[in-house]
Amino acid sequence: MQIWSPLYRPSIWSFRTSIGNREVGMDMWQVTTLAARIQESLLNQDFVRAGIFLGGGLAATVAAVSLLGLVLVYAERKVAAHFQCRLGPMRVGWHGVLQPIADGIKLFLKEDIIPTEADRLLFVLAPFFCILGMFLAILVLPVSPEIQIIDLDMGVIFLAAVSGFGVFGVLLGGWSSNNKWSMLGAMRAAAQIVSYEVSLTLALLVVVMFSGSLKMSEIIQSQAAGWWIWRAHGVGLVAFLVYVIASVAELNRAPFDLSEGESELTGGFHTEYSGLRFGLFFLAEFINMVLASAFAATFFLGGWMPFHLGDWQAFNAVMDRIPPLLWFVGKTSFMVFLFMWFRWTFPRLRVDQLMALEWKFLLPVSLVNLLVGAAVVLSGFYFFS
Amino acid sequence: MSLEIRTLSEIMNPPQTADSPLSTQEYFVNMGPQHPATHGVLRLVLKMDGETIREVIPVLGYIHRSIEKMAEYLHGRQIVHLTDRMDYLSALANNWAVSRAVETAMGVQTNPRIETIRTLICELQRVQSHQLWWGVLGLDLGALTSFFYGFRDREEITDILEETTGARLTMNYIQPGGLMFDLHPNFVPRVKAFIKYFRPKLDEYETLLSENVILQERLRNVGVLSAEDAIGYGATGPVLRASGIPLDLRKQQPYGVYDQVEFSVPVGTVGDCWDRYWIRIEEMRQSLGIIEQLIDNIPDGKFMEMKPAAKLKLPAGSFYLQIETARGSLGVFLQGTGEDIPHRCHFRSPNFNNLWSVTKTAVGGKIADLVAIVSTLDLVIPDVDR
Repeated sequence: MQIWSPLYRPSIWSFRTSIGNREVGMDMWQVTTLAARIQESLLNQDFVRAGIFLGGGLAATVAAVSLLGLVLVYAERKVAAHFQCRLGPMRVGWHGVLQPIADGIKLFLKEDIIPTEADRLLFVLAPFFCILGMFLAILVLPVSPEIQIIDLDMGVIFLAAVSGFGVFGVLLGGWSSNNKWSMLGAMRAAAQIVSYEVSLTLALLVVVMFSGSLKMSEIIQSQAAGWWIWRAHGVGLVAFLVYVIASVAELNRAPFDLSEGESELTGGFHTEYSGLRFGLFFLAEFINMVLASAFAATFFLGGWMPFHLGDWQAFNAVMDRIPPLLWFVGKTSFMVFLFMWFRWTFPRLRVDQLMALEWKFLLPVSLVNLLVGAAVVLSGFYFFS
Repeated sequence: MSLEIRTLSEIMNPPQTADSPLSTQEYFVNMGPQHPATHGVLRLVLKMDGETIREVIPVLGYIHRSIEKMAEYLHGRQIVHLTDRMDYLSALANNWAVSRAVETAMGVQTNPRIETIRTLICELQRVQSHQLWWGVLGLDLGALTSFFYGFRDREEITDILEETTGARLTMNYIQPGGLMFDLHPNFVPRVKAFIKYFRPKLDEYETLLSENVILQERLRNVGVLSAEDAIGYGATGPVLRASGIPLDLRKQQPYGVYDQVEFSVPVGTVGDCWDRYWIRIEEMRQSLGIIEQLIDNIPDGKFMEMKPAAKLKLPAGSFYLQIETARGSLGVFLQGTGEDIPHRCHFRSPNFNNLWSVTKTAVGGKIADLVAIVSTLDLVIPDVDR
């Protein structure tokens, strides 16, 4: 049996997405990214095609983000409503499907208030920091073998680097508002995001060890025989749970929404924001939730990879019939629903309990889990290895 | 209880060094009058060291409507119509307090039917009030869903009471000498249906919120009010009983038909927010039991023992009387001079006294603790200011 480790990788996993030199294994998926397409066009001196890809990719990303924002606002309102024994939006369009558009128009038309004593520059910039962190994380998001912007060799490190970017927006927004409640919310958010970043990265490291790669596409391909959440005897499951808890905290969503905590801080860091600026914070929060779900699916649930069981050829063939994009959307939607479920059923933690949970519970657990994971990797002790 | 007297300027003067190795500074922040967690227009000035509360200074008067002064120009039957605006979640109990005070002063006797109906609807309203409190507690602690569950079930009682009293919130039904009108024919069957409906729902409340580990973490050993302090602050109702003192006027000084029904008074041991939470949940069960015992045994009789147009002449002298509302004991003080309007009318409202315990229990805790404490005190601010 081949020892499974980053040093001794079976040749089946070693493939590259760069142009011209693609070794594709027998059951490997061919991954084509937008960056690779543009690179190919440039190598062929086809600048028009490269331009189309560049502009099209940019437009598609912005359009997808906006559309996703609308869909999520609707989904959240409906999910919340049905958790709370009510119907939610029902008036605008069929079952209120146009309600998010009405909400958006309302946000557009609202007066844009900047407090007199606020630090104007930072106050205006803060929402864009949140949006920027969100768009940077989209860069490495593998939606399907065909849809990915860039497949960085150090994708996980890049993700870990940019996922903390939103904290700048929250911190600056809270500080520049010149409001004590906003300030408290911002300080809470900063402490929370910086703390939970540690556990989040440790949980991702477990998967990086398993797959022996930092590259998103390779992490997904390594789950061809089974998802990491169940293939590694509980180690993957613990890492998944740590990831989910830490990413809820990173997202500032209930039960970790202390930085907003409307019943404590009257709205937290965005108390003073109104209109479109508030909408940007809102959009960033929603898209970040999708991103956290998508990356949870990528790392632990096989991403766009169909559900495979070892070498059960017939079963796997049936699963392959379902296109990867659908798998991705399904897994991500499930995770998004999970996050909404948390939000509408849990009370909020207190600020010291939040810190205790991270430093006294999650961090030790994820460290031990990392060591156990290393042992699993070195012994090659997987299901369907 | 040792008495410590400090002037406001001593409290407001921040010390040079805060309790921290870092060079931090204490600061003041206004919680309210517009704040989602203060349930109205209560203003709490907080002296904070980071997230830790050093001092809580309640500032009252934002919803003062001089109800006591207005009562000095109204006769007994009219005062009743002011009381539903005091503690709007136990409007009927407030009506009853004034009515009993006037009846006691004038020596009016009521019949068993009146007393039974009064007891019944006041217990219904106690359940209704606790339902609202339960929903809002979840809201304060960040679990928004419980709010809708509480209000869904509260709506059932509101509908029942609306049919009989004609109002959904500011109900006026009990007046000196009896009731304003008889029970609606639907009342008895609907109350029975409600009890059948609500008992399983109460268990659902427990699984939804009580058994949640985060809720228990947020409430247990938070805002501990010792029995000594509770008496010192004059706290009553569930707040006092949570601290371990079984004072319930329905047991100690029975009025209505409380001496004819079986119920127990839940008492806490620690005096923390969890005890206050648990006591109210248990009180809902006990109230349902009381309603069950009474609903089939409403005696026949008149619903009014006085002529509606009769002038209520308060005899000369001072009269004080208190009853147990959902929040504690509500006292009514009337000073009569032989005319039909009182010379002085004073309400000893439970919320006013319960509120001040926050100045002791919240100190040293976090903002989130203060929210939990204020929520478990179950304050109705219009009753604090009157």
